[in-house]
Amino acid sequence: MTTTAPIVLNRDSITVSRETDVVPFRSRVKEHAVKIGMSLLNQTKLITGASELVRNMLKYGKGGIVKIEIVSKGRDSGIRLIFEDKGPGIPDINKAMTDGFTTGKSMGLGLPGTKRLMNEFNIESQVGVGTTVTVIKWKNG
Amino acid sequence: MEKIPILRMGHFLLVTIQVDLYDQLAENLEADLLNMVSKTNAKGVLIDVSSVSIIDSFMGRILGNIATMSKIMDADTVVVGMQPAVAITLVELGLPLKGVYTALNVEKGMQLLRSKILLEEEDQEDEYDDDGTDSSE
Repeated sequence: MTTTAPIVLNRDSITVSRETDVVPFRSRVKEHAVKIGMSLLNQTKLITGASELVRNMLKYGKGGIVKIEIVSKGRDSGIRLIFEDKGPGIPDINKAMTDGFTTGKSMGLGLPGTKRLMNEFNIESQVGVGTTVTVIKWKNG
Repeated sequence: MEKIPILRMGHFLLVTIQVDLYDQLAENLEADLLNMVSKTNAKGVLIDVSSVSIIDSFMGRILGNIATMSKIMDADTVVVGMQPAVAITLVELGLPLKGVYTALNVEKGMQLLRSKILLEEEDQEDEYDDDGTDSSE
């Protein structure tokens, strides 16, 4: 199996620093998803997952930058979102990916739930430096 | 400050969410609704989510909270009009909204709430009948 990186067709980025930035961010993601003709169900999954990740970024990372990219691989195109924050980082990623694990008051569904909604999910974190979450939702995925 | 209007209809409170929810707005709705339940002695709360395009874990939790809290205050909650894509996404996310009554549309939701009130009234009448027979003996 070849693991070629997807080609980036379009780049956009949006800064999310407070809660009121979330609604415009979600509509921006939706615009891009509509532009590539993503089905309503996949749009909903993508935006719901994005909403979870952006909340984590605000709550634990004090906000950050989200890159929204239209990517293409083979015959499929999709949306890639990269959430970058300079927060405290996650000491134990495996634990954070467990259903029901939370350090806050939430239900602990954010990260594992989002992974289920997306086609590709990658999380990198370094304590004291920050966290980067990269997700891809394919148009027909 | 944006606010989601709460309408009173007889014994019920009617909420139609027409805007995209963010966390603070959802939290305010929770508090406003419970205050209204207490102020109006409402027996039922109907929340129409037909124009809501996404419900994530936070908003799902708020819906669940509203149902549980209003139940403690003797009011039933029905969530109506959920879009198919939203329902699929909620379940995959891991939030099946247990304990929240749902109906396909506002009309059916109203029927459900009315039937619940009728049932409660019948129960009460039965209790009165028992009292009546007791006192005649």
